[in-house]
Amino acid sequence: MADTVKEIQKKETETPGKGELTRARKIYSPAVDIIERKDDIVVIADMPGVDDTSVDITLEKNVLTIYGKVEADIPEKHTLYLSEYGIGDYQRVFTLTDEVDREKIQATVKNGVVKILLPKAEVVKTRKISVKAEA
Amino acid sequence: MLWSDLERLGRFWDPWNEFERMQRSLSRWVSPSSAEFPAVNVWVSGDAAVVTTETPGVDPKSIDISVVGKTLTIRGSRNPEDHREGDSYHRRERWSGQFTKTVEMPFSIETNKVEAKFSRGVLHINAPRAEAEKPKKIAVKSD
Repeated sequence: MADTVKEIQKKETETPGKGELTRARKIYSPAVDIIERKDDIVVIADMPGVDDTSVDITLEKNVLTIYGKVEADIPEKHTLYLSEYGIGDYQRVFTLTDEVDREKIQATVKNGVVKILLPKAEVVKTRKISVKAEA
Repeated sequence: MLWSDLERLGRFWDPWNEFERMQRSLSRWVSPSSAEFPAVNVWVSGDAAVVTTETPGVDPKSIDISVVGKTLTIRGSRNPEDHREGDSYHRRERWSGQFTKTVEMPFSIETNKVEAKFSRGVLHINAPRAEAEKPKKIAVKSD
C-alpha cells in the first residue's frame, strides 16, 4: 500500500442530471484531475470499463458533461463470491469558467482513462493587463 | 444454551447482540480484504474463479500477479501525470503510486493455468481450480 490513501469506494453521483433513467443502473462519479496549463485545460477521468465507443462528451454553453456507458461483463455460469465494487455508468458535469475554443477540443481514451484537452480561446490567452503606477 | 438459562442471566445479556458480534467476527473471515485498494470482485464456479479489478491507467506491463495455493496477489503501480512548471491543479482526485492486493480464494488455484487480460482499465484474471481439488463425480451403479 502506498503512502497516499486511495479511494476504495466508488462514489455514486449525487445528481443523476437529466431525470430518471429508463434502465435501472447505478451511475458513478469518476475521480478526476483537472490541470490548467498555459494554453489549455486538461480533464482526466478514471472510467474503467469505458472505451472510445462508449464515452460521450458534450459541451453545452459552459457545461461540460462526461458520460461513460459500461457494459457489465459478468462471467457466465459463475456466482458472485466477493463483491467489493459495483458496476455502472459514469457521469460528471463541470461548469467551465474560462472561455474554451470549442472547435479544438480533443478527447482520448486509454486503458479506461479519459483525457480531454480543452484549448483556451485566443481571447482568454492574452488577458494579461499591465498595471501602470499612477503619478 | 437453554432459554431458561438466558432468563437467569438477566436482561443485561442480549442474545441478539451476541449473535451480531458473532456474525461480525465471521464476516471478517468471509471477506478478508475489504479494506484494501483496489476493490475486487470474485466470481466462482465449480472449477474456476474469475477475479476482476478496476485499475484504470495502469500499464499492463507493470501488473504482477502471483498465486500461492489459495492466495492471489496483484501488484501494480500508476505514475502521476507529468507536471510542468506553471501548471496548476484545479482538482486532484485520482490516485497514483503502488498497490498490492491479496485475495483469498475459496479453493486452491492451478498456478500454471492462470490467465489474465487487461482491457479498458479492467483486469480480468481467470484462475482455474487445482486439479487435485476439483470435485469428482461419482457414478452410481444400479444392480
